[in-house]
Amino acid sequence: MNLGAAILAVVQVTVMVALSPLLVGVMRQTRARLEGRAGAGVLQPWRDLRKLAAKETLRSAGTGWVSAAGPLVLVSSGLLICALVPLVGAVPFTSVPDDLFVVVSVLLIGTVALALVGLDAGTAFGGMGSSRHMTIAALVEPTVLVAVYALSIPVGSSALSRIVLARIDEPASVVSPVSLLALVALAIAVVAETGRLPVDNPSTHLELTMIHEAMVIESSGRDLGWLELGSWLRLGALLGLLGSLLVPWGVAQAVSVGALLVGVLMLALKLALLGSALAAAEVFLAKLRLFRVPELLAGSFVLAFLAVTASYLVVQAA
Amino acid sequence: MTAVEAGIHAQLALAVVATAAAVLAPARLRSLCSGLASAALGVAGAVTGALALAGGQGSTEIPMSIPIDPVVLSPGPLGGFFMIVAGSVGAVAAVYAIGYVQGPSASTTSWAALATFMLGMQMVPAAGDAVSFLLAWELMAVASTVLVLTEHRERAEVRSAATWYAVMTHLSFVLILLGFAVLAAAGHGTSFAAMARVEPGSAGTSLAFVLLVLGFATKAGIVPMHVWLPRAHPAAPSHVSAVMSAAMVKMGVYGVLLVALRLLPVGPQWWGLVLVALGAVSAVYGILQASVASELKRLLAYSTTENVGLMFLAIGAGVLLRSYGVVGSAEVAIGAALLLVASHAAFKTALFLGAGSIIHATGERDLDRLGGLGKRMPTTAVSFGIGALGASALPITCGFVAEWALLQSLIHGARPEDRLVAVVMPLAVAVVALTAGLALMTFVKAYGIAFLARARGTEAGTAHESPFSMRAAMVVSAIAVVGLGLVPGVMASAVVRALGLGGIDVVGPGGLGLPGVGAVLDPVALTVLALLAAAPVLAVAWRMARRRPRRRVDLAWGGGGVRVSPRMQYTATSYAEPLSRVFDDALRPERDLEITHVSESRYLVERVRFRQQLEDVVEVRAYRPAIRLVDRVGIAARRLQSGSIHRYLMYSFVALVAVLVVVSL
Amino acid sequence: MSVRRLASLIRSTGRVAEPAPPKPDQALSGTEVFGGSVGVRHVDAGSCNGCEIEVAAAFGPVYDVERYGARLVASPRHADVVLVTGVVTRNMLEPLRRTVEAAPGPLVVLAAGDCARDCGVFRGGVGVVGAVTDVVDVDLAIPGCPPEPDAIVELLRRVTRR
Repeated sequence: MNLGAAILAVVQVTVMVALSPLLVGVMRQTRARLEGRAGAGVLQPWRDLRKLAAKETLRSAGTGWVSAAGPLVLVSSGLLICALVPLVGAVPFTSVPDDLFVVVSVLLIGTVALALVGLDAGTAFGGMGSSRHMTIAALVEPTVLVAVYALSIPVGSSALSRIVLARIDEPASVVSPVSLLALVALAIAVVAETGRLPVDNPSTHLELTMIHEAMVIESSGRDLGWLELGSWLRLGALLGLLGSLLVPWGVAQAVSVGALLVGVLMLALKLALLGSALAAAEVFLAKLRLFRVPELLAGSFVLAFLAVTASYLVVQAA
Repeated sequence: MTAVEAGIHAQLALAVVATAAAVLAPARLRSLCSGLASAALGVAGAVTGALALAGGQGSTEIPMSIPIDPVVLSPGPLGGFFMIVAGSVGAVAAVYAIGYVQGPSASTTSWAALATFMLGMQMVPAAGDAVSFLLAWELMAVASTVLVLTEHRERAEVRSAATWYAVMTHLSFVLILLGFAVLAAAGHGTSFAAMARVEPGSAGTSLAFVLLVLGFATKAGIVPMHVWLPRAHPAAPSHVSAVMSAAMVKMGVYGVLLVALRLLPVGPQWWGLVLVALGAVSAVYGILQASVASELKRLLAYSTTENVGLMFLAIGAGVLLRSYGVVGSAEVAIGAALLLVASHAAFKTALFLGAGSIIHATGERDLDRLGGLGKRMPTTAVSFGIGALGASALPITCGFVAEWALLQSLIHGARPEDRLVAVVMPLAVAVVALTAGLALMTFVKAYGIAFLARARGTEAGTAHESPFSMRAAMVVSAIAVVGLGLVPGVMASAVVRALGLGGIDVVGPGGLGLPGVGAVLDPVALTVLALLAAAPVLAVAWRMARRRPRRRVDLAWGGGGVRVSPRMQYTATSYAEPLSRVFDDALRPERDLEITHVSESRYLVERVRFRQQLEDVVEVRAYRPAIRLVDRVGIAARRLQSGSIHRYLMYSFVALVAVLVVVSL
Repeated sequence: MSVRRLASLIRSTGRVAEPAPPKPDQALSGTEVFGGSVGVRHVDAGSCNGCEIEVAAAFGPVYDVERYGARLVASPRHADVVLVTGVVTRNMLEPLRRTVEAAPGPLVVLAAGDCARDCGVFRGGVGVVGAVTDVVDVDLAIPGCPPEPDAIVELLRRVTRR
C-alpha cells in the first residue's frame, strides 16, 4: 500500500467522522431557519451521539447477534467508503483502487446490515422498513452504476479518483450535457439511498410512512448511536463524492500539508453548501407515496441512460 | 496410460463401486458406503479435470456393444474446468447426503442414480465427439430424472415436476442432437475436431447455432425454457438440487462455450445479440421471480435462472465484441462467464445445502413459516449467510469477483464505433445492476426471514442443528465461497488455462487483474483496509460493552399494544409486497381479498382473508396453451388407431412405398 | 402552494421563534448525562386533547423547544423523557406502563397538566384509573388546564439544561 494514499485515507476518515454529524447539524439548522425556528445548533448531532453513548442499551428477547453487530458493520462500511472515495484528495491505493463497483458494493454492505437489523427486531415496523429500504436500494442500483458509467466513458476507467482528476484537467467536461445528465441522475440516487425527502422523511413519527426510522425503531443506546453515525457517514460520503464530481477543484492531487489543508477546507465548504441546498430543497418537497418512488427512480435511470448513449456519441464524434 | 486416462478409468471404477455399494451394502451402511464412494467419484472427477486443465493429455476409448463408434473421452482444458466444477460440487453433495438422506432418498435406487448422475455429468465435458457427448448427456438426464422422482410417494407435486423435467430435458436432447447432426453432416464426422472444420458462413452453421444454443439453454434453465427448473429443484432432495443447480445446468453453459469457442468460433453479429438477449431476459426475469418467491427452494431455483442468464449475457457480450474484432474485451467477457460459473457453483451449493438443512430440521419449505433459526442452527445460519452474500455479489465473496469482472468487461476496453454496441452495452450494464440490486433484496429476505427474529411456525421453533456430515459439507462450501472471493487468482488462473486466452491475470497475492481494461481487484488488500477501518469501531464498541453490558428486556417494542407475537413479524410474502407491486405488469400476481362482516353491522369486520398467488407468467401464457394444443392434436390422432387389421396393413404399405420413393429420388 | 409562493412566504415571514426566555433556575437532578440532547416520547394517557395542542405549540416554531435540544422521537427505545398528558384511562394503563418499561435508562417521566397530576376535572370519571403519579414514578409534574406552552418549554428545559 502506498504511503500517500494511506495518509490521505486516515485524513479523510478523521475529517468525515468529525464533519458528517456537523453536516447533519447544518442541514437541520437550515431547515429550522427556513421554518422560522431558531434551531438546536449545528452541534446538536454531536450532543445526540454523546448522549446515546452514555445511555443504557436494551436487547429484547428474540433478537440475535445481528442487532448488535449490524450497527458496527454499518459504521465500518461507512468509514471504508470515506477511506476509498476521493473527498479531500484523489490519491487512490494501488492495490485497492477506488473502483466504482467496489465502492458501491461496500455501500451495499451497509445497506444490507441496516436491513438485517430491521428484520432482526422481529416487529412489524422493522420488517416493513427493511422491506421498503431494500426495494428502493434494488431500484437505485442501476441508476448509480449507469450514471457513473457515463462519467467514466471519457476517462476510460471506473476509478472515481481518475474521473475527478480528469475533470480538473478539463473543466469544460463538468458542464457538458453528458455530465449534467449523469450528475442529476446521481443526485436523485443519492437522495434515495440516504433516505431524504421526497423518498423518505427523516423526521417522521408516523410509523406507516417510515423507511429508515422503522428499521431502527427497536435500537437503543449505543446501537442507535452507531446506526445514526453510520447513516450520517454514508450521507456525508455520498454528498462529498457528488461535490468532488460537481466541483472538482480543491481536491488534493498529491499528498502535502498544504494540499490536504485546502482539500479539507474545500470539502467542508462543499458539504456545507450541498447540505444546505438539499435541506432547503426539502422544505419545498413533500414525501412521495411509496409506490410513486419507483417512477422517480425510473426517471433518474432514464437520465443516466441518456447520458451514457450521449457520451458514446460524443466519443465517436471526437 | 497418462494421468488423465487413469483419472477417467478411476471415475468409471468408482461409479461402479458406488452403485455396487448402493445395491449390496446393508441398509444401515448403505448411505455411508455409497456416499463415500460417490464423494470419491466426485474427487476423482475434480482431480482429472485439474489434470486436464493443467495440460494433461489423454484419450480413453470405450468400445460399445452396439454397432457404433467407441465412446471417446478426452477432456481438454475447458472440459477440465467444468469437470472440476461438477466433481467438487458432486463430492460435497455426496458427503452431505450421508447425513441428509432418509426414507426414499436413502434407497438403493436413489444412491445408484446419484452415482450414475455424477458419472454422466463428469463425462459430458470429457467427451471428445458428439456421440459420446450425447450418450453422457443422456446418462445425466435420465439419472437426474430418477433422482427428481425420489419422493414421488410423499408429495404429489413431485410427479408433475418430474414430468415437466423429463419433457424439457429431452426437448433439450433432441435440439442438441439435431444441431450436432447438421454440423456433422457439414463437417463429415462426429468428432468435435471435424465439426470445427465446417466452413464459417456456410448454410447450415446458423441453423446449427440456433438449435444448439436453444438445446443448451433449455438445460441451463434460460427463459423461456426455464419452466422445469422452479419445479424440479424443489421436488428433488436437497443434495440433488444442489448438484443439479450448481453443476448440471452449467453443462448447458459448457455446451454454449463449446459452440461459441470451438465449433463455430466465427459467426455473424446477431449470434452474440441472441445470447445477450437470452441472458438479459433470463437474468431479470429469474431474479424478479426469485425476489417474490416465498418457497425457499423455488427462490433458489429462480436465482439459478438469473445466474445462468448472467453467464449467457457475458458469453454473448464476448461473442458480440469478437464479431467486431475487439478481441481484448471479448476475452474478458468470456473469462467473466467462467468466473460466474465457478462462483455460482460455490455459493449455490452452500445455499441449497443450507436449504436442505432447514428442511431436514423443520420439514418446512415455506419461508413464511420459518424464523429464528439462527440461534438453533448456527452452522447452517453461517454457511447459508455466506452463500447468500455470494449470491448478492457482496465482497469478499466469489460472487462479487465474478460480477465485478463482468461489469468491467461490459464497461471498459476498446469499443467498436457502432451504434448497436452503444445501446447494447449500457443496457447490459443496467440489466446486471438491476439484477444485482434485486438479488441483494432477495437474499436479505431469504436470510433475514429464515434465520433472524423469532419463529413464525411451531416447526421452526423446535428446530435442531443437522448431523456432522451435513455440517461439514456446508462449511466446506461456505469456505469455498469466501476462499475464492478472497484469493480469486486461483479461479482466474484456472479460467485463463481453460480458455487459452489472455485478458485476465493474477495480481499480487491472489488478486485479479484485467490488463485489457486496466482494472485490478485485490480482495486481500480490501479486507485488510476494511479491518483497519473497523478496528477503531470495534475497539470503542468493546470498551462500551465492557463498561455497560446490554440489559435484556422481555420483548420488542410493539407500539404499546399487546405483546408483539411472532405472527406480527413481516413474512417473506409481505417483504416482497412492495416489489411485487412495482413489477405488477411483469409478475401479474393474482390477489383475492375476502372480507366477512359481522351480521349486525357493515362497519364491523369479522374476518379478512387475503390470498395471493404468483404464477410463472411464461408458463401460463406460453406453455399451457401449447400443452392444450398438443392434447387436442393427440385426441385427433387417436382416430388412426381403429383396431382394424386391414387399416394397419395399409399404413405399413403406404410407409413402405413412401420410403421407396424417397430412396429412389 | 407553488414553489415561488412558498419561497416568498418564507422570506416575508422570517424568524417566528420568540426570543429565548431566561434559563430555568434549577435543573432536574440526574439529567447531566443527557448533555443537552433529549428525546421526548409523548404519551396521551387519556387527555381531552387540550394538553396535546399545547405540547404541539411548544414544539412548534413560535416556542421552539427544539432549540434547547428536546426532540420528539418515534419510539420509546430512543427516548430519554416520557412526557405524559391526561388522566390514565383503563385502556391506556398498560400501554403507558409498557412505554415507560420500554425506554432505556436513565429515564425521566414528566407529567404535564392537572389531569396528569391529580385527575383534574375527570376525577372519579368512568373508565379513569387515576393520575399518572398513581401508575408510574413521575419525576416532575406541572399544573395547568392546559399548561401553557411556556410552562411545557420550561419543564423540558429543566431536563435539557439549556
